[in-house]
Amino acid sequence: MISNPVFDQIKQDISSNDVVLYMKGTPVFPQCGFSAAVVQVLSHMGVKFKGIDVLTDPSLRQGIKDFSQWPTIPQLYVKGEFVGGCDIIREMFESGELRQVLQSHGIQTEAA
Amino acid sequence: MRVADRIERKLTDALAPTRLRVIDESHLHAGHAGARPEGETHFRVEITTPAFDGLSRVARQRRVYEVLAEELRGPVHALALQTRTPAEEQPG
Repeated sequence: MISNPVFDQIKQDISSNDVVLYMKGTPVFPQCGFSAAVVQVLSHMGVKFKGIDVLTDPSLRQGIKDFSQWPTIPQLYVKGEFVGGCDIIREMFESGELRQVLQSHGIQTEAA
Repeated sequence: MRVADRIERKLTDALAPTRLRVIDESHLHAGHAGARPEGETHFRVEITTPAFDGLSRVARQRRVYEVLAEELRGPVHALALQTRTPAEEQPG
């Protein structure tokens, strides 16, 4: 892999925060419906997460796609692992799997 | 060829789906980020194929993204995906 300073920043962010959402806009003001949907799921579950706005940095916006080998935003990382984008998070939320994954990593969620 | 037709053809050729729906949802996103006046930017794809057997959700979507790499680099701004195996198909 070609060394890429953006990758170092991403590695730093996903290792120092349990739950990281790469998104368009901020958790308070999402700039895209798909990002907003994931924020809504996480907020509903009472999960603390760090939202990173890719719109503020074009190199990050491309870099996170290359890093995850995933062409779209949003992207959710839990304990340094890529979990999925909007469709996957929604499906996993509906099936209860998301809560299991979070809990298995010791991340606190509120009762539904 | 319309983008939707191209998506349908590529997925059919690559993944031999038993069920495939390509829905153009661009009209729902008219006037906001990524939308083009000519449309064909936002799609929903529902695909069922035995090729997904044993693959995680992430791996399934990566397969679809691979097949549609060109479209995602080009006109397609958003692609919502539902990926299933025939065994997971819900009746009705």
